[in-house]
Parts: sequence; structure tokens; C-alpha cells
Amino acid sequence: MAWVSAIIQGILTGGLYALFACGLSLMFGVMKVVNLAYGDLAVVAGYIGVGVIAATHMAFLWAIPIVVLIMAALGYVLQRTLIQAALRRGELITLIVTFGLSMVIENGLLQFFTANGKGLGVNQSFVTASFSIGSQITIAWLDVIIFALAVVVLLSLQYYLSSTKYGRLIRAVADDREAAQLSGADYRHVFGIAAAIAFGTVALAGMAYGTTTVLYPTTGTDTILLIAFATVVIGGLGSLWGTLLGGIVLGVAQQVGAQINISYELLAGYVIFLVVLIVRPQGLTARRTQS
Amino acid sequence: MSAGTDATVRSGGDVRVTRSRRNVAWTGIGALVVVAVLAYLPYMVYSGTTGILVQAFIVLTLASMWNLLAGYAGLVSVGQQAFLGLGAYFVLIPAMHGLSPFAALPIGAIGAGIVAIPLWWLVSRLRTGYFAIATWVLATAVMLFVERFQSIGGGTGMPLPGLAWSDTALLSAATYWAGLAVTVLAIGTVYFLLRGRLGLVLTAVRDDETAARSSGARVGFARMLVFIVAAIGCGAAGGVLAIQQLQVVPSTSGGVFSVQWTAYMAFATIIGGLGTIEGPIIGTAVYIVLKQTLQSYNAWYLIILGLVAIVITLFARRGLWGLLDERFNIKLFPVGYYLWAPGESRRRRRNGTGSSETPAKASVTS
Amino acid sequence: MSEPVNGARHSSASPILEVRDLVVHHGQLRALSGISLHVLPGEVYAIIGANGAGKSTLLRTIAGLHHPTSGSIVYDGKDVTGLRPEKRATAGIGMVPEGRRLFASLTLEENLKVGATYARKGPWTFDRVYEMFPWMKDRREQRTAQMSGGEQQSVAIGRALVANPRVLMLDELSLGLAPVIVQRIYGMLPQILESGVTVLLVEQDVSQALRVATHLQCLLEGHTTLEGRPADVTTEQVEAAYFGMAGSASVERALNVSPDEGSES
Repeated sequence: MAWVSAIIQGILTGGLYALFACGLSLMFGVMKVVNLAYGDLAVVAGYIGVGVIAATHMAFLWAIPIVVLIMAALGYVLQRTLIQAALRRGELITLIVTFGLSMVIENGLLQFFTANGKGLGVNQSFVTASFSIGSQITIAWLDVIIFALAVVVLLSLQYYLSSTKYGRLIRAVADDREAAQLSGADYRHVFGIAAAIAFGTVALAGMAYGTTTVLYPTTGTDTILLIAFATVVIGGLGSLWGTLLGGIVLGVAQQVGAQINISYELLAGYVIFLVVLIVRPQGLTARRTQS
Repeated sequence: MSAGTDATVRSGGDVRVTRSRRNVAWTGIGALVVVAVLAYLPYMVYSGTTGILVQAFIVLTLASMWNLLAGYAGLVSVGQQAFLGLGAYFVLIPAMHGLSPFAALPIGAIGAGIVAIPLWWLVSRLRTGYFAIATWVLATAVMLFVERFQSIGGGTGMPLPGLAWSDTALLSAATYWAGLAVTVLAIGTVYFLLRGRLGLVLTAVRDDETAARSSGARVGFARMLVFIVAAIGCGAAGGVLAIQQLQVVPSTSGGVFSVQWTAYMAFATIIGGLGTIEGPIIGTAVYIVLKQTLQSYNAWYLIILGLVAIVITLFARRGLWGLLDERFNIKLFPVGYYLWAPGESRRRRRNGTGSSETPAKASVTS
Repeated sequence: MSEPVNGARHSSASPILEVRDLVVHHGQLRALSGISLHVLPGEVYAIIGANGAGKSTLLRTIAGLHHPTSGSIVYDGKDVTGLRPEKRATAGIGMVPEGRRLFASLTLEENLKVGATYARKGPWTFDRVYEMFPWMKDRREQRTAQMSGGEQQSVAIGRALVANPRVLMLDELSLGLAPVIVQRIYGMLPQILESGVTVLLVEQDVSQALRVATHLQCLLEGHTTLEGRPADVTTEQVEAAYFGMAGSASVERALNVSPDEGSES
């Protein structure tokens, strides 16, 4: 029974992981940028959320869209300035710049907010409320809500990409940047939109994550970055539902590992990631192979 | 280094290839003098100064290795701290069995190099971005793995035995000399590797990988060699770090597996000059100066270091050394070649068009 | 073969597209050495030449995908040399790039929709494109990656047309296609010209180019070796210009060498 509980927990956690991953999938799929500062962005969003709530005393739920909008705007600006400049100079430079950004963000948070973590001041009962299936399986409402949120976000993203003008442009620019330019599209603007969306989703994920655990300045690179990348790699680039599958696989692997030995939880995740990376780097659902 | 764009090659007569600098002898003697002075230093200054220099040696070694990886082989590794840590632990374990840590240094270095072989097999086929992530994952995995062994300190670390010397000044000096030796060996190895065939292969790959492969260059082998050498260098630096800190701590800030080390070595390399052997030297100097100036403001110097690195990587691709080199055309460690058309002499070259490449306008999509 | 609207080329007619002394490099290699041309409205201006002559580079530079080292491009009287490619597209310079370059993960209609995103006002609507290529009507939702070369080429042309360009550049339409298909596609040219579009095309297939062009220019190693109306040039002149045979007066003039020395690089 503990195993069933673990698997259910893993599946639900997979939703959160997919929420982290979809923004990364978008940035990597469209702009081919490996953003090493990606995890830190989620933490920044959490910190902004804490700041907004502290300054305005608004309810947590109202703070969420505000943080998402702030981060989306930040994403557009950062993409058009820093990341675009790095992209023009090559993949190596982009890696170095995003790595530098990650270090600057983390140490900036460390410097200004100390090493103490920040949790999103949520109503305690909200977080711990749970329901039971049968006599031995307990599921937290929060986990279910986050999973549902992830599904909603993925559905919205899929609709956006398939049926709207900018969604089409994003896919077109990802397929062939020059051909898109010849059709009149300013790819830098399109990249900016894609980045804004990515930053928005990662902000959402960061806020959600912040309700389940405390966010430290280094959580971005300690935990989130690898979760996001592992999910994208396992699930496969180019498929939004692949990221959900990837998240679920990762979540379940971690929970199963924890059942075997509590200290195996993190390690299990890394091992799965490495295995997939070596054996099938295009992931479980990818149609096209990435060289 | 190529001949001027508009030179005409007339038929008849051979083309000569020479090293890009006639008087390597001067640089060699200069280097020996510098090393001799440095070696004598412990007799002249306090151990506080040698302590700072040991830090410099560690970062300089790491930066030279990172430069070899990223600047020459195109491998951006964000996980070199794995080898730093492994080097430290491979010094700790023999020390726990009675061997002097100083004698264990080669073991630390070689041990890290050996572990690098299966790790290379895991990541070698990955492209730039995936490669970086994979190295980070591997480093974290290595750390988690090592932390499970309580016998070598688990998650909290362990003091390094064999260093309870009565003469602390001598200990400082010995640590200093170990650091100096490692650094000299590291830079020397990098220099001689790049002067030889490996350097040619790597430069060719840097310019055009497909062309390099099709002309027979053993690209995979070159990269693997670089990866292993870098692991050995980082391992040696890790051993020196353990000796200096008198302990081996895995993961708290400053710990041997901390990603901060990659930040230091990457930023030092970039600020000094990626893809130049002299770069890490300047970069390390900047790192030390910043660290001393901002000593009490812990996180500040990483912030500033990071910001400077970002700015330099975007606007001065070859770093501070690159700026100096362009201005004054100096090369301390010449690894390039000149191509002389038949009948061309150095004097004609100097009076004619400049020998440095004029960068043509890049195409919009590159 | 259609005649330009105003008959023979008048020196007073103002060109819709002009290239002046264009010099273009690929890295250190000089691809174009001072190329000039002017295209009058309603013309079918063909640029021919062997592989590596610089034809596609010329078109790409006009489109804005490549920066010239020197020289200028004037469109409709305005200097567009510094304009970004997407701005040139919205101004009315359209291009069907070499190799089709369709959006592989998009359907046929989605490809057209992207082309129409920043369209100018004009006669070309989706319906008109479907009239020209009736087979497209039933295959709208199909992914273009699964289509044949000829079909893809048609989609690429449709994508460029729905933007309602004033000048349409066609880069190597015949590449990789069977002659029958090529003929059929070039057969669409009159419909395109009817709508007021001027055509600038690049072709490796000389006979095909001669069949449709109202004006001709031949490139060799980045130089112009021949220029004129198809009716005014002989087959021998075209051959000499195309292959650069020494002894041909026009070639020598263009390359500025005497018959004894090798060519400059």
C-alpha cells in the first residue's frame, strides 16, 4: 500500500515538475538556448511573491497573477537584451552568460536576503489539508491542485501555440528563423514573447513550489534546474504532453527510490536522468531526433 | 595566423611554416626566473601572503584547465568541481592510512583522471548545452555518492590527517610549494599540449569541425584527452585545497564539491581571456584582488565577478589579455604558426599589411 | 515570354529595384565583386550562372539575410541597404528561398497563414492561391514535410504571394525538381505578373530562364559577364558568359585580365 501511495504521490509531483519544465522546453525548443539560470528564476519569482504580499498584504491568490506578469515582462526584457546578445555570439557564450547570470542571481539573493529561506506565507490548513482513499492512502489537496494547475497550463499553452498568431509565429521561427524573417516576422520580438511565456510559467511553478517547501537562494541550482532539465530530457523536446510524462516518470522514480531507502530519493532522479541522457537523449516522446 | 587576404601565391618555390615567435628563448628564461622568485618567496614573506598565493595557485590551475576545456576544446563543463572534490578525497583516503598528504597528491590527481574516463564515456556524445547540464548533474551525483560514506566524513567532512606539524611556518611553506609545483606543471602541460599536434587539432575544430574531421583529425580522441587532463589538473588542485584547508568538506559553501569553484574558474578564465593561455593568469590576479578588497562582503565578490564576466564575455570576447594582445601584439606562450609565401621576409611583412586577421563582416545568422 | 508593360527598356523608366556596386564577402571569400543591376516594374529579370557564381548570395543580400561589404540596394527609390530583412519583406520585397524552406512542423495552411501575418494589401488572398493551385484545397491540414518537391515549391510560392509583395524573388526554383514539374511551376509566372508583381529570379537552368525572362544577367565568380534581353544575345555569347571561356571579349572585360594570365582571386 505504501507503494501505491508513493506512486500516486510521484504522479502528482510530476505535475509540478511538468510546470517547471514547459517553460524550459519552450526556450530550448524555440531559441535553442540552455538557460542555466532557469531554476533561479523560479526562486526569484517566489521572493518577489513574498515581497509583494509583504508590501501590499494582499491574499496569496491575488499575488500569483501579479508575480507572473512581473516575471513575464522581465523575461521579455532579459531576452531582448542579454540573452539575444549572447545568442548572437554563439552557444558557448550563451552558456557562459546564463551561468554568470545564475551565479549573480544566487549571490544577489544571498547578499540581500541572507541564507535563510523564504516560504510563501500560506494559510497552514490550506497546505496540509488532505483527503483519504481507503484507509491507508492520504493525498494532500495541494498536490492535486498543483497537478490540475499544471494540466490547465499545458492545455492553454498547447492551444496558444496551435491556434493563435503568435503561437504560429513561435513555431515558425523555431522551424526556420530566416524563412520567418522573409515572411516579415521580427524573430527577436517573437523570441521575446516566447521568453515572456517561459518566465511566466516558471514564475507560476516557483510560486506553487514555494507553498510546498521553503525557497533558499541556492534552491534554483540545487534542485529546480535539474528537475526541469531532467523532465524535459526524459519527456522529450517538442512535446508538451511529453513534459507531463517526463515529470511523472521523474516523480515516480524519486518516490519509489525513497521507498527503497529514504536517502535514495534525489539520487534516483539523477540516475534516471543520466540513463535517459545516455541511452535516448531525444526523450520518450520526441518525433525528431536532436543531434 | 594566415597570410594577408590579398597576397597572391605565385607558383614555383616552397611555402615555409615557422613558429609565430622567433625568440621563445626569452619567454622560457623569463618563466624560469619568475618561478625561481616565487619558489624563494616563503623565505621572504609572512605566511599570510603565501596563504593568499596558494589560493591563487589553486584558482589558476583550475582556470587553466577550464580554459583548456572551454576555450580550446569547446567543452563548457559546469561540473569540474567533481574532480576537485575527487582529488581532495583521493588525498584524504591514503592520508587516513598513514601516507603524507603531500605524497598523496599525485594519487589524488591520477585518481581524478581515472574517474574521468567512464564519466567521459557518459557525456562525450552530448552537444554543448546538454553536455553542460550533464556535467552539472554528474558532479552533483558524485557528491551525493561520496557523501554516503560515513567513514570519510559523510556529509559533514573530515579533518585531513598527517598535517599536525610542530613547525607551522614550514607547513605553510610546504603547502605553498605544493601549490606552486601543481600550477607550474598545469600551465606547462597545457602549453606543451597546445604547441603540439593536439593544439592544431583543437584549433582546426574550433574553426570548422566538419572540415577538421574530414581531413583526418582525431577529434574525439583530442577531446577525451583534454577532458582527462583537465580532470587530473582539477584533482591536483583539489588535493592542494584539502592540504591548505586541513580538512575535506563536501558540500557547504567553500566545500570541495561546491559549484562555486566552477564559478571561480570560469569567471577567472573569461575575465582574463578565454582561449588564451595567458588569460587565466590575468583572470586569477583579478579574482585575488577582488577577493582581498571585498573580503568581508562575502557574496559581493561573486556578484561583481559574475557581472564583470558577463560584460567581458559579451564585449571583449578574448578578455583582458585579448585587449592587451590586440594593442601590443605580445604573446608569452606562443602556440601559433606563421605562413610565409616564397620570397616573403619578416621585414616585408612588418611594412605591409598587418599580420593579424582582419575580421570580415559576419553574416546575420551566425 | 511576357513583355514588360512599357515595351523595350527605357533608360528613363524608373526601376523598382536597384543594386549598385554590391560587394559581398563570405568570411574572407569575396562572393560578389561590384555587382549592379536594375529591375523595371513588370519585368521578369533572370540571373543565371554556374554554381558558386554568387547568384543566391545576391538574392539573399537583397532580401537582407546577408550584409554587403559595400554598395547599396535601392527599392522603390529608397535606400534599404541598412534595413532589417523583415522590414524589407513588409515593404514589399518577397522571396521564395532556395530549397523551399517551409516550416516543417506547420501544415500547408499554417505556412500560408504565417506568410500572411504581415501581409500588405493586395490581390493575393488565400482563395486566389487555392485557385492557382487547386490541389491545395484538400490538403490544407497536411504537414508540408510529407509533400513532394514540386508541391512544396508551390506552397513556398503561395506563402510568399499571400504577403502581396511588389517584387518577388525566386531562388533556384528548379533545384531538385523534375523538368515537367519545373515547367508547370514556371507556367504560373504569367498569373503572378498579371497581378502587378515584378519577378527577379535566379536559375541554374539556362534554357528555362531564357524561356521566361524579359531581361538577363549572367554572373561568373562574382562578376557580371553578360547582360541584355534574351532576344539580343546568341547562344554562344551565353555559353561563353556562363562558363567564362577565355577569349570571349565580354568575359575579359568583366574580369579585367588579358587572355594570358590567370584570373584574379
